[in-house]
Amino acid sequence: MTEQNTQRPDNGRIVKRLLVTVVCMFAFGFALVPLYDVFCDITGFNGRTKNEQAVVSAGEIDKSRVVRVQFITRNNKGMPWDFGPELKEVKVHPGETRVVNFLAHNRTPNNMVAQAIPSVAPGEAALYLNKTECFCFNQQPLQANSDTVMPMQFYLDPDIPEHITTLTLSYTLYDMTANATADVLAQMSSAE
Amino acid sequence: MKTRLILALTALFSSSALAESQLNLTRGVTDISSRVYDLHMTIFYICCVIGVVVFGAMFWSMFVHRRSKGAKPATFHENVKVEIVWTVVPFLILIGMAIPATTTLIAMEDTSDADVTVQVTGSQWKWHYKYFDNEVEYFSLLATRQDQINNRLDKGENYLLEVDRPLVVPTGQKIRFLITSDDVIHSWWVPDFAVKKDANPGFINEAWTRIDEPGIYRGQCAELCGKDHGFMPVVVIAKEPAEYEEWIAAEEERQLKAKEEEQRLMSMEMSMDELMDLGESVYLGSCAACHQANGEGVPGVFPALKGSDMALNDIPAHIDVVVNGASGTAMQAFGNQLSLRELAAVITYERNAWGNDTGERVQAADVNEYMNQ
Amino acid sequence: MSTAGEAIQDHDHDHEHHDHKATGVTRWLFTTNHKDIGSLYLWFSFIMFLVGGAMAMVIRAELFQPGLQLVDPHFFNQMTTVHGLIMVFGAVMPAFTGLANWMIPMMIGAPDMALPRMNNWSFWILPFAFAILLGSLFMEGGGPAFGWTFYAPLSTTYSSDSTALFVFSVHIMGISSIMGAINVIVTIMNMRAPGMSYMKMPLFVWTWFITAFLLIAVMPVLAGAVTMVLTDKYFGTSFFDAAGGGDPVMFQHIFWFFGHPEVYIMILPSFGIISAIIPAFTRKPLFGYASMVYATAAIAVLSFLVWAHHMFTTGMPVFAELFFMYCTMLIAVPTGVKIFNWVATMWRGSMTFETPMLFALAFVILFTIGGFSGLMLAITPVDFQYHDTYFVVAHFHYVLVTGAIFSIMAAAYYWLPKWTGNMYDETLAKWHFWLSLISVNVLFFPMHFAGLAGMPRRIPDYALQFADINQIVSIGGFAFGLTQLMFLWIVIKCCRGGEKALAKPWDGAEGLEWTVPSPAPYHTFETPPEIK
Repeated sequence: MTEQNTQRPDNGRIVKRLLVTVVCMFAFGFALVPLYDVFCDITGFNGRTKNEQAVVSAGEIDKSRVVRVQFITRNNKGMPWDFGPELKEVKVHPGETRVVNFLAHNRTPNNMVAQAIPSVAPGEAALYLNKTECFCFNQQPLQANSDTVMPMQFYLDPDIPEHITTLTLSYTLYDMTANATADVLAQMSSAE
Repeated sequence: MKTRLILALTALFSSSALAESQLNLTRGVTDISSRVYDLHMTIFYICCVIGVVVFGAMFWSMFVHRRSKGAKPATFHENVKVEIVWTVVPFLILIGMAIPATTTLIAMEDTSDADVTVQVTGSQWKWHYKYFDNEVEYFSLLATRQDQINNRLDKGENYLLEVDRPLVVPTGQKIRFLITSDDVIHSWWVPDFAVKKDANPGFINEAWTRIDEPGIYRGQCAELCGKDHGFMPVVVIAKEPAEYEEWIAAEEERQLKAKEEEQRLMSMEMSMDELMDLGESVYLGSCAACHQANGEGVPGVFPALKGSDMALNDIPAHIDVVVNGASGTAMQAFGNQLSLRELAAVITYERNAWGNDTGERVQAADVNEYMNQ
Repeated sequence: MSTAGEAIQDHDHDHEHHDHKATGVTRWLFTTNHKDIGSLYLWFSFIMFLVGGAMAMVIRAELFQPGLQLVDPHFFNQMTTVHGLIMVFGAVMPAFTGLANWMIPMMIGAPDMALPRMNNWSFWILPFAFAILLGSLFMEGGGPAFGWTFYAPLSTTYSSDSTALFVFSVHIMGISSIMGAINVIVTIMNMRAPGMSYMKMPLFVWTWFITAFLLIAVMPVLAGAVTMVLTDKYFGTSFFDAAGGGDPVMFQHIFWFFGHPEVYIMILPSFGIISAIIPAFTRKPLFGYASMVYATAAIAVLSFLVWAHHMFTTGMPVFAELFFMYCTMLIAVPTGVKIFNWVATMWRGSMTFETPMLFALAFVILFTIGGFSGLMLAITPVDFQYHDTYFVVAHFHYVLVTGAIFSIMAAAYYWLPKWTGNMYDETLAKWHFWLSLISVNVLFFPMHFAGLAGMPRRIPDYALQFADINQIVSIGGFAFGLTQLMFLWIVIKCCRGGEKALAKPWDGAEGLEWTVPSPAPYHTFETPPEIK
């Protein structure tokens, strides 16, 4: 047995290696979170649009095609704003830049902060929807009992596949007053 | 018991019974659902054939190669040729299954060029339908009475598969569903269309169908979504396009009228009795599932209204939570589900029932004032 | 004896040699003997099997008729959730760990497990984990009610406050499993008797070796998932909340990344057991030993590539659905190889049908049926119809009850003579088998029909067209549940006495465990055996 053991790593070493594996796999569980986001950004896996400003359209417009872009809005529970798009849908040529306004009204007697979360169907289309300006990039403050117009400027990548003829962009509005970022709070108090 | 099972099995295999049978997958009423059904049957039959071969060999050796019949054990324990065969053959069978599966799947996921778009939103525990091209939207709630569920009344034919306001769609047109949720994950499922898609909060999913035959089609929520997961059915009525157009126009007008009527009635004061009567029925329909008919809620899950500080002392907070819901809880926003009168009545009811005798009346105008301040 | 592990072992062995074994409670509390710990695991898992079974009885009683009769829907959800958790983490997994403890050292000619103190700990934290889980049922708001898969946000924002206890207990179960797995790996790598090369190890040892690596790989991911649930619910993170940039579907990806290998963790050791029993009662060597090992490894590797087949309806892009469908179908190949090998082992053997063999044969047939429904479920377009219906419930109960649990019972009957020194009562055991076989099929087979006809899973009440099927299923359920009390009685009877067992009571059995007397002495293979 001693003879055998000289060829085998000792117990402590194996245990150490296995424990390191365990710790790595635990970390891997958490690493799946950013990995998932990267994977979604590359493939449009979950239909979420990029949360950053896109470069302005190169201007090459594909006049031969028209894509219907539909807008839907929803309020999360406990979100007492009136919120909706000015237009329900627009027809655009790929590459053409358009602006669509979204209207919000805070009907409470309190100053509030909201965050809109975008989602696109079909998910694949999220890859080709480029927003050059969007209220969803940041939290949006709104004074008590007041209205605001929130613009969203976008264009569709001319590479958008032929089979996507309709895409739907949905915004869900969440109450972020309790979790507002410092910038937004400063912005709101200066407005008062 | 065993004979019933055997009967059930024979029924499954006899093709005449298949059409009517409750024991097999439905063929459904769309092109896709019948392709799905064919795929299901094909794979089922392939499994049966493999099963007969494998179990046949097994039972053969169990009967023939047994010691009580004097069988002497052979000593072989490998055979490379045979092993290669039974690795490669299943692989080929699998490829044979994968081809039709792939084409069907690609067809199912093609949501382009829809004629009608309906937004389907799940929430605990009801569905909401909104037509994208028309000003029509409504909630669809379980219509089975609580007395039937609690076995105090006989159960009806469509027990647990009936709703107050079904989704209405046209036949022969491509209908696209945009599916999402307000709280937890739900899943919108109609077996006859072979459509089942999860409703994820904050995200939208797509599905589509084209129904060939007019009729009433029933389904259920398919993802565990909390206490009343078993009580949020889906009912879809498919009508001929002309009938559908008629229906949607009428519905649009009805919803518009209802809004006007609401404004007109707003100035009317309702008496305590009227408020309490209406309030009780609204409460039982919309609130009792969680807060319980006796207002005591479920401790630790759904708060009690009986004796609650809010229901006794704080009218604005009470209106706010009923109208807008409470973020991060199961409490929904009823502001767009109930009329102003119903909201007023149910708030009044909650403030005066079960010994909460505040004596306060909340009128439609109060709710309206809150909502439009 | 230069190594730390050897030193510990050496010390223990000296120690135990002098006072043989302690008596009373302390023997069990402080034991580091692999046989004692194996017995503790097995008894614990059997108690949990009965507790989880009692919950299944509540579920089946409520579903006996349409309408709500016995429990309210919230409690019903707690029953389905805790039934699943207990059966997976409390019954099947500890039973396999118990068998590993008892058998692996004896099979590889080792005196004990490599890390006996850790072995003691890994068992004794388990009862606490389950006490916490069961205790949470009595909290205000009830225990976990979100299904054993605890999908967010139902388990985060919308769950009751017992979720913290649930998370804590899953953490303890995970730590216990990881410690058990480390022990198995070190034992197999370092404690094999001279001459016991890897390719001479019995398949039970092989399958457990691979299972242990799966456990090491995925239990920490489960721990990560429950931790995220905890922080989302109590500490304001938003891993799974869209409002803060998270995604509830991501929870399912993380969960099933753990969950699918977990399914194989619960079935691979069964393959090892069946591969020991069938040759023993066929009196013929196992067909294709090497291909069995490779097939097991192939299944383990593939199990990391198929997780999203549990999530076809969540709205994945087509390319992902196709990838996961193909990978899932591929698993049928190595699984098929195993089944064909067992059948080939039986072919031209000289079979007898003692109870372990009966359970093993039932395993092969019924597990294969579970495999067929698994293959059907792999086909994405049809899965849209099957998903979250009773068809799925039927599928995984065929795989786990008539698969994993039948194999555990086969193992228990096969090795009981070695453990107790007495033969079990063959007549009673045959009754137990036949009643189990009939009732389990009455219980689970009609569930296929209920699912195909459109009955969703996890519902406390159902439409009238499912009434007949559910009644049959419930009757089967009660019968199966009661039949298992027979098993309890048979085991107790066998522990207390009976016909004395020979060192090798099964004439066709192979393996080192049969070279020691029955009952196996407290210490075995203190000098390593000769391996031919």
